[in-house]
This record gives sequence, structure tokens and C-alpha cells, in this order.
Amino acid sequence: MKTRIALTVNDQPQDLLVPVHKTLLEVLREDLGLTGTKHGCELGECGTCTVLVDGEPILSCLALPVELQGRRITTVEGMADGARLHPLQQAFAELGAAQCGYCTPGVLLTAQALLASEALPARDRIKEALAGNLCRCTGYTKILDAVELAALRMSRGRASRGGASAEASGEMIGTTGTRA
Amino acid sequence: MMRLPPFTYVAARTLAEATAALAEHGHAAMLVAGGTDLYPNMKRRQFEPRVLVGLRGIRELSGVRGSAREGVTLGAGTTLSTVAAHREIATHYPALATAAGLVSSPQLRAMGTIGGNVCVDTRCNYYNQSFEWRRAIGFCMKKDGDTCLVAPGSTRCWAVSSSDTAPALVSLDARVRLVGPGGERTVPIAALYRDDGIEHLAKTREEIVTDILLPPADEWRSTYLKLRRRGSFDFPVLGVAVAARLEGDVVRGARIVLGAVASLPRSAERAEAALIGRRLTPEVIATVADLAAGPSKPLDNTDFTHPYRKKVTRVFVARALRAIGGLDAGGSAVEEVA
Repeated sequence: MKTRIALTVNDQPQDLLVPVHKTLLEVLREDLGLTGTKHGCELGECGTCTVLVDGEPILSCLALPVELQGRRITTVEGMADGARLHPLQQAFAELGAAQCGYCTPGVLLTAQALLASEALPARDRIKEALAGNLCRCTGYTKILDAVELAALRMSRGRASRGGASAEASGEMIGTTGTRA
Repeated sequence: MMRLPPFTYVAARTLAEATAALAEHGHAAMLVAGGTDLYPNMKRRQFEPRVLVGLRGIRELSGVRGSAREGVTLGAGTTLSTVAAHREIATHYPALATAAGLVSSPQLRAMGTIGGNVCVDTRCNYYNQSFEWRRAIGFCMKKDGDTCLVAPGSTRCWAVSSSDTAPALVSLDARVRLVGPGGERTVPIAALYRDDGIEHLAKTREEIVTDILLPPADEWRSTYLKLRRRGSFDFPVLGVAVAARLEGDVVRGARIVLGAVASLPRSAERAEAALIGRRLTPEVIATVADLAAGPSKPLDNTDFTHPYRKKVTRVFVARALRAIGGLDAGGSAVEEVA
């Protein structure tokens, strides 16, 4: 039996008719075509399906859409501003912080949430925040390097704009504005 | 893909609605809060409820009230990340804040609740597997079968209590409030657990754990140490919670509780008694740690070999006691072993 569910995904309202037992991961990928969110273990053990709900990283494989109505859901598709990559995506690309890339969307979003609450986290803090995102290519060093680089650039960007307007800080954490 | 089996979802707004829904649907219904324990189990077909009663919308279930002076009440729906980061809890009930902060990963702590972790299903290598895996090996008595695959002569299930917060809460002498169709009751949290891998909770299906009550902190110190396979996140292979009250340097009260060594959080009572009236000298710590390893009787049904898990109990209890006595400069609360 299907249920009518209203979600907000990447600032777009979505009106859905889906079985209530479909997870957010399944709805994102199969009903909304947002395949940037990856399915890995599907049991809460790998972190690749991470999305943000009201800015906080959660696992979409263990979340029910019916419980997320009225909340703000952000997937990796919501990170870039049109053709302009989020500073985290830019740093990951430049430093080669992805091998197979399967864990990357979850890592990017988890790092985005971290940098929204701590501008320049220490490396140990980054490790702690990313503890739930497994990379089976063992590429953690470059991932940590890339998060540090992005944090530095975002921080400098804010400083050079002299105190960051609301719009600018929104751009930096990817939470405002219309996404392509 | 591993998908959830179909169910209907009842979004309860009040405790009365939730208990009514449980009463109406009987054995077909289960409760869900964060879902981080239940949904993986449902995907593996360990549970196939036709009705899920969601507790998330019940406002009275979340939040932390009170103070260390008068005692702290945690709504069962409070997330583990909130408990771990709560200043009053971290300062006055450190065993609980540490244990909550060591449950699983940041994402799952943001979803999972303290009530869920207190009630978390017991685990076993022969149980936490996909339906196909379990069918291939002939199913165990905890689900779909009638023998225990770790102890085939056994008439009971030996699945392991795998909560981090449960041993911490037992060591802190916490109580739990349960609400059911017939009213409410408050019991010491130790009384919530049964020494059985299947029926591991001493509550009826209609009862809901609504609050966890911490007594006034007084002079009690506490700590929680966890052994797990990976440093990043994992279920406990051993949890050691120690709480003690010292007058000067003499121990006047002590609780030592072991997690992941039995189907329930196991108190090391002889070890506790041996601490009373003593100073935390290296000799006393060695004696008490030996005694505490006594009730640790792991079987070969979780990660690591069970002789090792028994041996390391002693080491962890000694470390916890040194931390309580301020004898260690302070190490990590968690250890991984490759």
C-alpha cells in the first residue's frame, strides 16, 4: 500500500506516492532518480548512503521518508552550485581523494556538515567526524588532506570577503540558493 | 538490495496512542524509535512486524531534565549524540557520556536513541546474518530454528548483550520508567535484563521504556572502557563500566559491570565487595581485576576468540580502576585490536 509523502530534497519540494517501507535511500535513487547517493551494505555499517537531514549526517538506508516530512534533506547532488563545484568537491578532485569513488558522496556530505560547525577542524577531529564512512580502497590520507584543504580555502574565502554576508556563508556550506 | 519487509506505519503522537496501537495489534506490532537496530534486523528477516509503531513524534520521550544534584532524567527518545555531548552528563556521569559516544558511528548516534540502545537486541555470529546465510547453516533457536549453534546441547540461547550504555547505566544505579496499558512502573535498570539471549528484556511487549533516571551524582566517579575490533566503529566485544565513591582515598561504594560477556550486563559482585573499605593500590586493583574476570564467561559467538575475551576482561577492569583512582595519566576509552 502506497502512502503520500512530502519531502524537501535539495531545496526542491517533492510529492511522492511510495510504499511506506521503502527507505529514504531507495526513494532517492528509484523514485527521484538521485543516484548520487550510493547503496553499500544497506545495514548501517558502511556510511556510503549518508545524506544530510537539517544539516546533520544520517544514513539513508535506515531512514524512513514518512518520518522525514518537513525536514530538509541534502544529497550530494545538492552540493555544487550549478557548474561550480563545492570547495570540498573541488579539493577532492584536485588531490585525487577518490579511488573507486563509491564512498565519496557520503564522505563529502559528512565533511560538509563538519565544516559547517567547525571552520578549521584538527585532523583528529576530521577523522572522528568521518569515522562512520568506510573507504575500502584505503584512501583515507588523501580524503583527510582534501578536507583540510577545503576547510582552509573556505576559511580564507570568508576572511577575504570581510566577514561573510549571509549569502556568501550560505554558498560556502551549500545550504541556500537554488541548485541545478 | 536488502529491502525492508512490508509493514504499515503508525506514527504515534502520545504514549497512550502508542500503547493502544501495541495492544490492538499484539504480536504483529513492534516499536521503533531511531530504527538503527530494528531496520537492519528486519532486512535480515530477524523481525517481520506487520505494524510498526513509530515513537519519534512523541514529544514527551525526548530531552534531558534535572541536574546532577537532584538526579537527571533522560527521555528514552533522546539521541545518543545528545547524551554523549550533554555537559552535565559528561561532567557528573562520565561512564554514560563515554559509552553513548562510543556507540556505533556519528551518523548512527544522530539517529539512534538511548532507549533503543538500552533495549538493543542481543547479538551472535550465528544470528546477525542474512536470511540466506542462516538458512544455509540450518537456522538457530533465536530465529527460525530450534538449536543453539554455538552450544548445540543447550536449551537456551546465548546471544550476547551488546549495548554500551546498559553496563554504564547499571554501574550508575540508574532506573527506568516503563509505561504500559496498565499504568507505569519504575525499576532499577538491572531488573530490565534477563539472562536469556532471546527473551533478554524483562518487560511485556506492551510496555514502553519512556525514561532513564539517574540518581544524584553525589561523590560518585565513573568510567567506561570498550574493546572493539575497529577503532572507527564497532559493537563492543567487551565493555567495562566502573563507578565508585571514595572518601579520601578509601573506596566506600563500588559497582563493576561487564558488557558483551553474557546475555545481560553482568555485575562483578565479588569484585565490588572486595573494593569496599580499601585504597586503590596496585595490589588491590590486581586482586579486584582477577575477581571481576570470574563472571566473564564469553562463548565462541562474537568477534575474537573467547579465551582472549575472558583474559582481557581482567586487563580492562584494572585499567578502569586505575582511571577511577586517578593513577593513569588517562588513556583512550577505546581499544581496537587488529
